[in-house]
Amino acid sequence: MNWKNNSTLRAGVVMILGILFFFGLGAIIPTLFNAYVFTIVMYAGINVTAAVSLNLVTGITGQFSMGHAGFMSVGAYAAAFLTTVILPTAEIPPALVPLVFAGSLFFGGIVAAILGLVVGLPSLRLRGDYLAIVTLGFGEIIRVVILNVETIGGARGLPGIPQWTSFGWVYSVAFLAVLTVRRLLASSHGRAFLAVREDEIAAEAMGVNTTRYKVLAFIIGAFFAGVSGGLFGHFLTYLNPATFDFNRSFEIIIMIVLGGLGSTTGAVAAALFLTFLREALRPLQEITQLDFRMIIYSGLLIVLMLTRPNGFLGTKELTDFGFFRRFKGLRQ
Amino acid sequence: MKFHSSFFTSVLLAAGTLVLAPGCNKSTQTGSTATDPANEIVIGEVGSLTGNEATFGTSTRDGIRLAIEQINQSGGIQNKKLRVVTMDNQGKPEEAATAVTKLITQDRVIAILGEVASSRSLAMAPIAQTNKVPMVTPSSTNPKVTQVGDYIFRVCFIDPFQGSVMAKFAHGTLKVKKAAILRDVKNDYSVGLANFFTETFKKLGGEVVVDQSYSAGDVDFKSQLTSIKTKEPEAIFVPGYYTEVGLIARQARELGIKAPLLGGDGWDSAKLTEIGGKALEGSYFSNHYSPDDTSEHVQKFIAAYKAKFGGVPDGLAAMGYDAAMVLADAMKRAKTLEKDDIREALANTKDFQGVTGRITIDHDRNAVKPAVVLEVKSGGFAYKETINPS
Amino acid sequence: MTEFLQHIINGLGLGAIYALIALGYTMVFGILQLINFAHGDVYMLGAFIGYYAGRYLGLANVPGLGSLGAALALAMLGAAVAGYLIERFAYRPLRKSPRINVLITAVGVSLLLEFGGQIIFGADPKFFPTLYVPGEPFMIGTLQMNRLQLLVLAISLVLMTGLRTIIFKTKTGRAMRAVSFNHDNAALMGIPVDRIISVTFMLGSALAGAAGILVGLTYPKIDPLMGVMFGLKAFVAAVVGGIGNVTGAVIGALLMGVAESLVIAYWASTYRDALAFGILILILLFKPAGLLGTHRQEKV
Repeated sequence: MNWKNNSTLRAGVVMILGILFFFGLGAIIPTLFNAYVFTIVMYAGINVTAAVSLNLVTGITGQFSMGHAGFMSVGAYAAAFLTTVILPTAEIPPALVPLVFAGSLFFGGIVAAILGLVVGLPSLRLRGDYLAIVTLGFGEIIRVVILNVETIGGARGLPGIPQWTSFGWVYSVAFLAVLTVRRLLASSHGRAFLAVREDEIAAEAMGVNTTRYKVLAFIIGAFFAGVSGGLFGHFLTYLNPATFDFNRSFEIIIMIVLGGLGSTTGAVAAALFLTFLREALRPLQEITQLDFRMIIYSGLLIVLMLTRPNGFLGTKELTDFGFFRRFKGLRQ
Repeated sequence: MKFHSSFFTSVLLAAGTLVLAPGCNKSTQTGSTATDPANEIVIGEVGSLTGNEATFGTSTRDGIRLAIEQINQSGGIQNKKLRVVTMDNQGKPEEAATAVTKLITQDRVIAILGEVASSRSLAMAPIAQTNKVPMVTPSSTNPKVTQVGDYIFRVCFIDPFQGSVMAKFAHGTLKVKKAAILRDVKNDYSVGLANFFTETFKKLGGEVVVDQSYSAGDVDFKSQLTSIKTKEPEAIFVPGYYTEVGLIARQARELGIKAPLLGGDGWDSAKLTEIGGKALEGSYFSNHYSPDDTSEHVQKFIAAYKAKFGGVPDGLAAMGYDAAMVLADAMKRAKTLEKDDIREALANTKDFQGVTGRITIDHDRNAVKPAVVLEVKSGGFAYKETINPS
Repeated sequence: MTEFLQHIINGLGLGAIYALIALGYTMVFGILQLINFAHGDVYMLGAFIGYYAGRYLGLANVPGLGSLGAALALAMLGAAVAGYLIERFAYRPLRKSPRINVLITAVGVSLLLEFGGQIIFGADPKFFPTLYVPGEPFMIGTLQMNRLQLLVLAISLVLMTGLRTIIFKTKTGRAMRAVSFNHDNAALMGIPVDRIISVTFMLGSALAGAAGILVGLTYPKIDPLMGVMFGLKAFVAAVVGGIGNVTGAVIGALLMGVAESLVIAYWASTYRDALAFGILILILLFKPAGLLGTHRQEKV
């Protein structure tokens, strides 16, 4: 096996090395920061996964989705349902916990992905504005349904979820999400996603099965959103339907717009930046007793669209810059 | 090279905030102006100061401020002044969790006051419990909150009791046999009260003829009320927040429903009668305290509150005040100002005379105390009766 | 049977209000093919203009048709100005941009108004002053209808007819239809496209402003987020009726109101908010042009 020529093998090696690296880092990180900063670091990682997955749907495939928080909530509730309601969590031997956790996260991701399929299907017939409203509506419907399901807590929320999410988990998942999107784009299907974004009719005329790629983007995007939701639930140890309202979807949208629609690097950078900015703005809020954060976000969104619609990075990636360009080969 | 510069700017900014974030812990402070850390006791407060439920958070905060000021004026605790660090959570559970983490790890508070809503208390409680920091919630009425662990206390009654209060009142005082329910499904508090009302009311021999629901934020309730009207209930239990209850009352009267409305402490606001107008006259709700209470310490509290903030304190302000007072009382009785000793003292709170009644912390760390029933009368709230826990 | 009829009447009353907002949506969409997400928030602005006018201009002290008229005029004017500004500064610069950019901007404007409103007006609900006392409900046997809702229904129908007249009988209306058909061709025919779009926005926003006042009177509790759900539902109503079609908007809105009322009454009131989106998805899947709309073929 010549590893230089086998991209699957190489990607596998990169994946394992990456996961080992983040779990290794996870052993050090918590000792460096206090619990508060650590909390923010964790949320930042969870947001990275959410942003990268939405970027696949909206930035790369061009399907404006306003219900990403809905997928997160489904994944979060599905995973937490397994670990909190179904399984006798307290009796699971510690050695098995990582396995059970990985399984639950995967389950959450799959349930979200199925829903992604359901939401993606109408997108066969809907474009732009309509799709935006429909995804928004789906997000709302999911929230209303969760509110009415008593076994997962309904309006009260679901407390008592085991705290299994660690630094290693959060950043490994984020890493996997980035890797998946990169591999997808580098594959022969990659151009098809971009073609759908650039011009659907032209893409179809060129023989691209636009339906398939739109639905695929929704499924993969929803899967990772679901997994990030699962991580969120197992970090906070409590879930409430109100957490995943439209504002949450909007926060993820602004992340990918700020980073540059279509740029995975941009999505990662903006997710990290905005999560820390939120906390940095906290003192402002406490002094004024007014919530300026959403004003700043929405104002930023408008100004960005008017002056720099491509965000900070446009569709560029880290591998398009100076030193990192040498790694570009890894894509192909 | 345009992309270069902006890319690195964003990376730098991100890195900058990463470095700055831990340093940004200048929070608003109330109470003492003392700067010597050896002479002050720092406690944390988490509340919804912005967002949809801002009014609840600010009322509670004002009550706490008043209590802290009075404690410090009368010499503080063990010769130390109290200082409260207040943090906002925008009414979101995950924000409440972050805020409480910050209070514990960065501000090194030895006790926490909050939250109003049970959903946010439920997000905060595991963190306080893990760090063994005593937490006193002023008004989270869901039973689950204090079940999180032995460091979590509350100074209010719980939903099962409050639900039963109105059931007993409806059955006993109003002689109602057939009641209807209109609950807010978006709200755990409302759902809880509705369930416990139904349970007690049925046990007493009454009948719940119809159970309808709405979502907070709705403005049109006519369809639900039309359905309720056909069942001819003698009273309608609407355990929601005042924001919707006013409109519900108006539309009920418009449809010709004469039955009185009954509710819980979520009704307690001057806005209730402003929005509801005459439609609410003759309706009743359960509350933590009545501003009509003539006992001396209640009137003193009301006078002090009026002097400081203007306006009559609502139930949440009174609860905030009592939560802070109960905590201060426990600190005075505690052997040392260590968290464990404060916890111990809190658990032993007995017959503490608060403005919302005599507070005894029971085995489950809940407050055992009476509820009052208020009547909406000529645009205000009049004391009707007190119902004691059985 | 009486109960059923009462539910229908309740639904019509609610639908009349959706109709007022849906009219504005449909006009803006008709000309720009843009969902003006901020439309629901312009309606909120109208309600708050009425609130402040009632409180600080003393209109609430002399309730009556005069006060109502004055508040309506102020709110319509204010909303029209807001609509103009939004179009001029947020949408016009993006006329040649990809649709997704315009859409994101529209969402941004909507959120800016909602959160700005929370800071300026306060997040807590306000009591809308009584500008007009409608008197006892209108009775037919034991069925009753709030006189205000009757008024709103009448106003929606009058506005609908008025708008139809403007669109089909006036010169401006002809220009609107031309712009709606094709911007470039309209410009070549000497139509001032930008001005026509501005006029349409102002007209639509003025309707939303009026709706703000009428809703404030009917449901006297207003808050900065009141436009979100109403706006979305009104939009769905416009789609159901066939977006871009004025008559369709009113019919769609009335249908929505009745459907909601019946769902609450006979099925499950908890799923009320899910209903609107359910209807939207079904309509878009099976009859995307709506009840009265004509299908537009997309051209390359």
